[in-house]
Amino acid sequence: MADLVNLTIDGRLVAVPKGTVIVDAAKKLGIDIPVFCYHPKLKPVGMCRMCLVEVGTPKVDPATKQVVKDEAGNVVIAWMPKLQTACTTTVSEGMSVRTNTRQVADAREDILEFLLTSHPLDCPICDKGGECPLQNLTMGYGPGVSRFDYDAKQHNDKHVPLGDLIFLDRERCIQCGRCVRFQDDVADDHVLQFHERGRHMEIITFSDPPFDSYFSGNTTDICPVGALTTADFRFKARPWELASAQSVCAHCPVGCNITLNTRLETRTGGYEIKRVMPRQNEQVNEIWMCDKGRFVHHFTRAEDRLKTPLMRDANGQLVEATWEDALSRVARELSAAASVAGVIGDRLPNEDAFLFARVFRDLLGAAVQQQAGLFVSPRVPAAYADIARDYGIGATADFKALGKGDVILLVNGDVEESAPVWFLRLRQAVVERGATLIVAHSRSTKMHRYASQILRYDAGQAAQWAEHVIRNTQHATPPLDLEQIKGARNLLIVFGDEKLNEAGARALARSLANLLILAGHAGKASSGLLPLYPHANTQGVCDMVGRAGPLPERVDVAWLVGVGDAEDVPQAAFVIAQDLFLTDLAARADVVLPALSFAERDGTFTSGDRRVQRFYRALPPLAQAKPDWWIIQEIARRLGAKWRYSGAEAIFGDLTAAVAGYAGLTYPVLSETVEQWPPMGRADLYYGGTVYDNTGGLGMRYPAGVEQTGFTPHVEWLPAPEPTVDALRRPVPALYRDGELIRRSHVLAGHLIAPGEIPVLAK
Amino acid sequence: MDKHILLRDLDVPNIRELAVYQANDGYAAWRKALTAMKPEEVVAVVKDSGLRGRGGAGFPAGLKWSFIPKDIFPKYVVVNGDESEAGTFKDHQLLDNNPHQVIEGTALCAYAVQANTAYIYLRGEFLEPSRTLQRAIDDAYAAGLLGQNILGTGYNLDIHIHLGAGAYICGEETALLSSLEGQLGQPRLRPPFPAVQGLYAKPTVINNVETLANVPPIVLNGAQWYRQFGTEKSPGTKIFCVSGRVNRPGNYELPLGQYTIRELIDMAGGTIDNRPVKGILPAGSSAPILPASALDTKLDYESMQAAGSLLGSASFVILDDTVDIVWAARKMVRFFKHESCGKCTPCREGTHWAMKLYDKIVSGQGSLQDVEMLGEVANSMAGKCFCLLGEFATSPILSTLKHFRPEYEAWVSGAKTPAGASFHT
Ligand SMILES: Cc1cc2nc3c(=O)[nH]c(=O)nc-3n(C[C@H](O)[C@H](O)[C@H](O)COP(=O)(O)O)c2cc1C
Ligand code: SF4
Ligand code: SF4
Ligand code: SF4
Ligand code: FES
Repeated sequence: MADLVNLTIDGRLVAVPKGTVIVDAAKKLGIDIPVFCYHPKLKPVGMCRMCLVEVGTPKVDPATKQVVKDEAGNVVIAWMPKLQTACTTTVSEGMSVRTNTRQVADAREDILEFLLTSHPLDCPICDKGGECPLQNLTMGYGPGVSRFDYDAKQHNDKHVPLGDLIFLDRERCIQCGRCVRFQDDVADDHVLQFHERGRHMEIITFSDPPFDSYFSGNTTDICPVGALTTADFRFKARPWELASAQSVCAHCPVGCNITLNTRLETRTGGYEIKRVMPRQNEQVNEIWMCDKGRFVHHFTRAEDRLKTPLMRDANGQLVEATWEDALSRVARELSAAASVAGVIGDRLPNEDAFLFARVFRDLLGAAVQQQAGLFVSPRVPAAYADIARDYGIGATADFKALGKGDVILLVNGDVEESAPVWFLRLRQAVVERGATLIVAHSRSTKMHRYASQILRYDAGQAAQWAEHVIRNTQHATPPLDLEQIKGARNLLIVFGDEKLNEAGARALARSLANLLILAGHAGKASSGLLPLYPHANTQGVCDMVGRAGPLPERVDVAWLVGVGDAEDVPQAAFVIAQDLFLTDLAARADVVLPALSFAERDGTFTSGDRRVQRFYRALPPLAQAKPDWWIIQEIARRLGAKWRYSGAEAIFGDLTAAVAGYAGLTYPVLSETVEQWPPMGRADLYYGGTVYDNTGGLGMRYPAGVEQTGFTPHVEWLPAPEPTVDALRRPVPALYRDGELIRRSHVLAGHLIAPGEIPVLAK
Repeated sequence: MDKHILLRDLDVPNIRELAVYQANDGYAAWRKALTAMKPEEVVAVVKDSGLRGRGGAGFPAGLKWSFIPKDIFPKYVVVNGDESEAGTFKDHQLLDNNPHQVIEGTALCAYAVQANTAYIYLRGEFLEPSRTLQRAIDDAYAAGLLGQNILGTGYNLDIHIHLGAGAYICGEETALLSSLEGQLGQPRLRPPFPAVQGLYAKPTVINNVETLANVPPIVLNGAQWYRQFGTEKSPGTKIFCVSGRVNRPGNYELPLGQYTIRELIDMAGGTIDNRPVKGILPAGSSAPILPASALDTKLDYESMQAAGSLLGSASFVILDDTVDIVWAARKMVRFFKHESCGKCTPCREGTHWAMKLYDKIVSGQGSLQDVEMLGEVANSMAGKCFCLLGEFATSPILSTLKHFRPEYEAWVSGAKTPAGASFHT
């Protein structure tokens, strides 16, 4: 812990780390100092002047340099003649602060009155109304009436699109600069700026395309008024009408903690997600999320969701069927098949993947006559997930602790496109806290900006490159400085599988694990591998399924669970598809079973850094659709299983007993929270904007293989095959890559990246 | 004082030419410093001279230089030639007529703190002076007085001119730095102070043009010589810009503390038609207005402060009894409203609100409550602004309300009307 500084606020003593500003120190005592421009996640600027307080320091005798004491022996405080901004003043030993005096109250009233001279006060039609810091602080600290002549108010443009995702109301803007600072200091996309001066000062975007950033939605959360709104939520609902459910984003390996806000729609008669917002988890996403996670949710209530089971009729047409008919048919086909292949998508929750794997372990293929194989789609990440788990970062590793002395090695991956919020976190570690970043890649990514060393190789040659530089450090050009890596406090290796096939990706992961071992970092809590998986539960699904053999070309029955339009599925005489939509693949199936999305059920995901996290049901089930685990269980029962799982939690109980690493985890454990610092989800909305409290749990990272007893790290070099044409044709990661889910969000329609396209880093 | 120290163009014709400047001790201090003085010695002599900043705040120049850390490179010298304060035109004359002395002062400062780059930031309207200055800089380069390996000493110095884009706030040192960096011209949070993290977050000295013009004679003749002028706490000479209702507006270089405001007005030819003085703005619009009773105040930092105002940039705008004080105050507030950078709430909103009230009052629609409100708005701003501009903006309001309240009352009682008022434009 950093050095503590003692100070007194309103007569109460508090000790806070050196460098803390007064606002945060007061927060520790539960004393709220109102702020507008200050935000604990942003650099202080002291612009709004809302946080003015009285500040004094111990009086020092200039002659003796001794602290002056009065007769009673108390330290005499020299009060500063002017009020000071509590958001920019850092604490010092013996400091005294007064927040409850007449002078301070008057100042707050003055500032609020000034702010309101420009503000339209159109709360009744404002999206922020009901959860607005300006509204709340005016009630709390403002003057009863405004003496400013209403007719003298300046009128500004109220519908300024800053790009297609975010709108600005120039009348409501209080010029706090939070949005600009977020873009500059956190996202590092310098696309917003103040323009003009005085009362004409306004927010503009100057990038082309406008507001070109994957993180733009966060500005609407931290905007202390209703000046910034999303194209998604704007004028859609009032905050107090919303129900909310704690959830986990299902769209990338970060696993951002989110809140799904829903409302009953009279138009459709059903519940809909009205907005997605981050939920504070300092271990995962702090209070941020990316725009994909925020705006992609429309697929959950897309018109073309599968609503009933479908079966092929005598004419070969897919027609609606009852669950009973469909399930019996599936069971019959499975029992009769000589060969079965099960393919499960890596977006499925752990519980569903676990049950699916048990069907294949305990029921199918158990009969002598039957051949059964179980596979994860996509196949490339499944080829190295076990290595990533064995040599992954430790259970207690903390992104926040990464900094000076640590080396981050990024190999063959694009952090911003694959795991946007990790980009924010790793960038902070390098830029703010001085970690050393080394990047090795065949092309440029946004992360390259912060690299102190950039190493290159030809596309598809990542595995060859890694083996070469790690094995023959002396001879490699340009060399990887092994001594620097050995000398690092910790070594975090972030890697992707771009342009690699299964063997290549596995060889790369293995070489990187070897580097950890050879450099002496394997098994350290804050060192390890961090894989840039393509989806939200790649690690979890692979943990459940285990490593697979080669995919057969043809089988009698293929059972596809949530694979979308995957290419890596075998040919089959009979195809079963569980999905949300009638994808091209599902349209060719013989039985199609409608599944529920993550928003309509509960379950757990395991993030790319092996944090197991719960998500809760936000929406009622759609029509006849069922959770995948239910479908799997019903089929299993028809194959003779005695299972009677009542829900995901019950399955999780058996899962933790069976799957290495998950032992000890329970739903209650995953639901535990501890106070997050800085505290941002409390009733005092002004502090963190409208970011929600985390009451649903912080989740827990299970130990890496190296942390488990009986595991011995060992160096092993795998042959790295030359890249295949197929591998070289694999599209590079792109956040907005066209796909079944994103395609159904009208909000993101203008952002889709076609299969062959490479996202531009133009910023 | 028989000769000018700064406005030497008044004594030596064509001193703006390098040859003439050099023939009259020009660059002698520069040669002396480079060849015979350590950087610390230059800092020391300026410190001993007691030279105070001429940009407004009066901060001791040598002390400021001594804050520059020795071991961080690069460092910068930035010359503040924004000269935007109402009624200020001293730097203009120096740059136009005695540019080499400004260059030499800049160079001495750079050598003293071991900077190799200096920027001279001029207000955008100084297009002509910037050309004169650039020619002078070019001549100095050609003569080997600037550039690489100056006078064979191995010391390098480049001086660049940058023109602002027309914002009063860019005269404030941190806003100036932002502007110089190509950012929006808004003041920055302090600390860190420019001496620690200034231009491009590197140690930076910022001094006013006039401040630096004092440095060559100080280095050449020594601190004691300099201290023969002025007072103990305000040593040296200062250029007083006199304007307003006087017969001979212009720059007057005088030793600090020797003369009174009354004598200054006399030097400027007295008031037009010998009318009685009503009010004195000692630092343009940025310091409290003084009533005629302050005419015998001595012209130095301490005396002006004791009289309830500030010496600031010493831009004396003289108002006689034909000037309507409410009109004058309104004009100043309009200036601040126009120049408020918008960064902080009280200044951005307060200047706007105050202006609305002035408009109401001078349109004949005002009431006594509006006059009260004016004072309240100014008091609500006072002490709460991010930078001094917002605090300055309260000066014309509060000081005119204090000394000339009946004039406001005349406006709102109907005794004075827009039609009846004679406005100087
Ligand atoms: C609103 C404002 C405007 C200013 N304008 C100028 C200016 O035009 N010229 C100037 O030299 N200093 C100006 N200053 C003062 C500078 O901030 C700074 O104190 C000065 O450049 C330091 O130089 P000095 O110590 O040599 O005076 C201004 C200050 C404020 C607050
Ligand atoms: S838009 Fe919102 S966050 Fe941005 S400056 Fe205005 S009030 Fe602040
Ligand atoms: S970073 Fe990943 S987990 Fe977070 S919101 Fe974006 S897609 Fe979802
Ligand atoms: S007081 Fe505030 S608004 Fe006014 S110029 Fe300074 S920073 Fe800008
Ligand atoms: S000035 Fe402190 S919160 Fe804005």
